[in-house]
Amino acid sequence: MNIVVLVKQVPDSGAERNLRSDDSTVDRGSASNVINEMDEYAIEEALRIREAHGGEVTVLSMGPAGAAESIRKALSMGPDGAVHVVDDALHGSCAVATSKVLAAALRTLSPDLVLCGAESTDGRVQVVPHMLAERLGVAALTGARKLTVDGGTLTVERQTEEGYEVVTAPAPAVVSVWDTINEPRYPSFKGIMAAKKKPLRTLALADLGIPADEVGLAGATSAVVEHSQRPPRSGGQKITDGGDGGVRLVEFLAAEKFV
Amino acid sequence: MVERILPTPDAGDLLDLATELADRELAPRANDDEARSRFPADVIRTVGRAGLLGLPYPQGDGGAGQPYEVYLQVLEILASRWLAVAEAVSVHTLACYPVARFGSAEQRKLLPEMLGGDLLGAYCLSEPQGGSDAAALTTRGVRDGGHYVVTGTKAWITHAGRADFYNVFCRTGGPGPDGISCLLADARTPGILPQRPERTMAFRASPVAQIVFEDARVPADRLVGGEGQGFRIAMSALDGGRLGIAACAVGLAQAALDYAVGYARERTQFGRPIIDFQGLGFLLADAATQISAARALMLHAARLRDAGRPHSAEAAKAKLFATDTAMKVTTDAVQVLGGAGYVSDHPVERWMREAKVLQIVEGTNQIQRVVIARHLARS
Ligand SMILES: Cc1cc2nc3c(=O)[nH]c(=O)nc-3n(C[C@H](O)[C@H](O)[C@H](O)COP(=O)(O)OP(=O)(O)OC[C@H]3O[C@@H](n4cnc5c(N)ncnc54)[C@H](O)[C@@H]3O)c2cc1C
Repeated sequence: MNIVVLVKQVPDSGAERNLRSDDSTVDRGSASNVINEMDEYAIEEALRIREAHGGEVTVLSMGPAGAAESIRKALSMGPDGAVHVVDDALHGSCAVATSKVLAAALRTLSPDLVLCGAESTDGRVQVVPHMLAERLGVAALTGARKLTVDGGTLTVERQTEEGYEVVTAPAPAVVSVWDTINEPRYPSFKGIMAAKKKPLRTLALADLGIPADEVGLAGATSAVVEHSQRPPRSGGQKITDGGDGGVRLVEFLAAEKFV
Repeated sequence: MVERILPTPDAGDLLDLATELADRELAPRANDDEARSRFPADVIRTVGRAGLLGLPYPQGDGGAGQPYEVYLQVLEILASRWLAVAEAVSVHTLACYPVARFGSAEQRKLLPEMLGGDLLGAYCLSEPQGGSDAAALTTRGVRDGGHYVVTGTKAWITHAGRADFYNVFCRTGGPGPDGISCLLADARTPGILPQRPERTMAFRASPVAQIVFEDARVPADRLVGGEGQGFRIAMSALDGGRLGIAACAVGLAQAALDYAVGYARERTQFGRPIIDFQGLGFLLADAATQISAARALMLHAARLRDAGRPHSAEAAKAKLFATDTAMKVTTDAVQVLGGAGYVSDHPVERWMREAKVLQIVEGTNQIQRVVIARHLARS
C-alpha cells in the first residue's frame, strides 16, 4: 500500500505560543517547533500498516524551510521518504489554500491512503482532511480511533462524543486519526541515523502549477482581524477554613460544573 | 544544562533521544515504581527498541557502534531520571561483553538479539560466601558429555528472574582464578532457580536475588572463551562495568544537585533565598565541582578505553570517585532541603538511599582502592 502521511510542524503546545504582531499569523520563530502531536499517531498507524501489508510510507509536509527539521524527525520513526512543499508565498495560507496545495502535491504521489492527524494544535480547525478528500474526490474517514485495512477496503471506528461509528470506504481515502488510535513509537538511534540518508524532495508552488496569489495571506479566504494577549491569570480565590471550608470548596466546584 | 563536547553529530542526536526518553518515559514513573518495588519491564523494552541496550558494540553485531565516551553520557542522562533503568542498561551492556569480546563465531550469532533489546542479560559472579574475593567462587560446572552441569548458589544477581540470559562464572577446574570458566546460560534452562527478591534499602525497582543452580545443564558450546578463562573475562568485563556505574553515579549526583539548587533558589529564610547564604552556596559549589571532576575522570577513562589503551586503574578511580561523590552530594541535597529533604514528597531522600548501592556494586570502593594501589605498586 502506498501511504502518504501529512505532517505539520507546529509550535510546542507545552511552551509559550504567540501570534505575530505584524500579520497575526502563528509566530513560528519564537517558540520551539515540534511535529504536531496527532500527526505522530498518523505516522505510527502508517508504519503499522506497512509492517502488516507492505508498501511504502511517504511524509508530506507544507511549511517553511525550518519544518525540514520536523520532517527528518518524522523520517527517523521509519517512513521511507518525504516531500516538503516550501515556498515563501505560502506564508499565511488559510485552510482552503492549504488543502489546495496539499491536494496538488498528493496528486503527484498517487497514494492508496492518506493519513493525517485529526487536528493541529496551532490552528485546530479540523477541516483540512475533509477539504482534501473533497478536492481529491475520495472518501473522508475522519476522527478515527481504529483503522483496519482489508484488501482495498478501509474501515474506521470514528470517535464521537457518545461512542463511535463504524465507517467503511474503498481506498484511496483520507483518514484522520485521534490519539486514541495507537501509541507512537520513539525513533530508534538507528532510525535517526538512517533518516539522514532518506530522500527529502522539496516542491515549490511553481512545481505544482499553483499561482502565488491563490495562496498565502494574499489568497486567504479568512483573515485574523485582530488578536490580543490572554489576560494574565487573576489571583484566584482563597478559602480559609473556618469550619465550612469543605462546603465552600464543593460549592465552588459545583458552580464551575466540575462536580 | 551540562555543556558537553561530543565526538560526532550522531552522538548529539543520541543524547537528545536519551533525554527525550528519560524525561517522558522514566521520570514520570520512577517514584511510584520504586515505592512499589515494580520492575519496569516495559520501560526497558522501550529503551531497548530505541537502540540503547547495545550502544558500545559494533554495528555489524547489532550494536550502535558508539564509543564508551558517548555510551556513558547516555547512561548519565538516564540515571539522572531513574537510576534503576540506567543500571539495567549498564548491567545488560556488561552481560553482553563476554560474548561480544570473547565469544565463538557461533555464539556471536546471538548478539543481534542480545544487543537489539529483545533479550535482557544478567551477570552472575558474586556468591554468598565470596563477593569481594570473587576468585574464591564455589559454584561448580562439571562436564558431562555435551553439557556442563552447574550446581551452586549465586548471590545479589541483578535481573534475577527477569533476565533472558545469564553469564555464569563457575569452577570447572582447580582452586583459584585459573579454575574458573564463563558459561552463557539460557534463563529457561531447567535447574536455574531465581530466589525471592532481596528486600533492599532502595533501588527496589531493580530486582536482585540469589540464584540457585540445581544440576542445570548448559550446553558445552555455551562456554565463552576457553576453560579457565572465566576470571580474566569477568575482570575485563568489570573494567567497562565500573565505568557504567561511574556514569550512573554522575547522573544521580547531577539530579540531586539540580534539585537542591532549584529548591535553594526558591526557599527563603531570614528574608532571602537560602542559596544566598554562603554556608549553603559553598556546599552547592563543592557539589558542583565534585560532579564536574567525576564526569571528567569518567570521560578520561572512557577515552583511554576507546583508544584501546590500558584503563583498569582509571576505571577504578572513576568508579571510586564518582560513587563517593554521588553519596556525598545526595546526602548534602537532603541537608539543603532541611525537613523537606527527609520526607518522600521530594526525591532526594530516595536518591540518598540509592547512591549507597553504587559504592558497593561491581567491586566495593575498598576493592577499587585495592585495584588502584596494586597498580601503583606494580608500575
Ligand atoms: C543491589 C545489588 C546488586 C548487585 N548486583 C550484582 C550482579 O548483578 N552480579 C554480581 O555478580 N554481583 C552483584 N552484586 C554483588 C556485589 O558486587 C557485592 O555485594 C560486592 O562485590 C561486595 O561483596 P560482598 O557483598 O560479598 O561483601 P564482602 O566482600 O563480604 O565485603 C564486606 C566488606 O569488606 C570489605 N572488604 C572485602 N575485602 C576487602 C579488602 N581486600 N580490603 C579492604 N576491604 C575489603 C568490603 O569493601 C566491604 O566493605 C550486587 C550487590 C547489590 C547490593
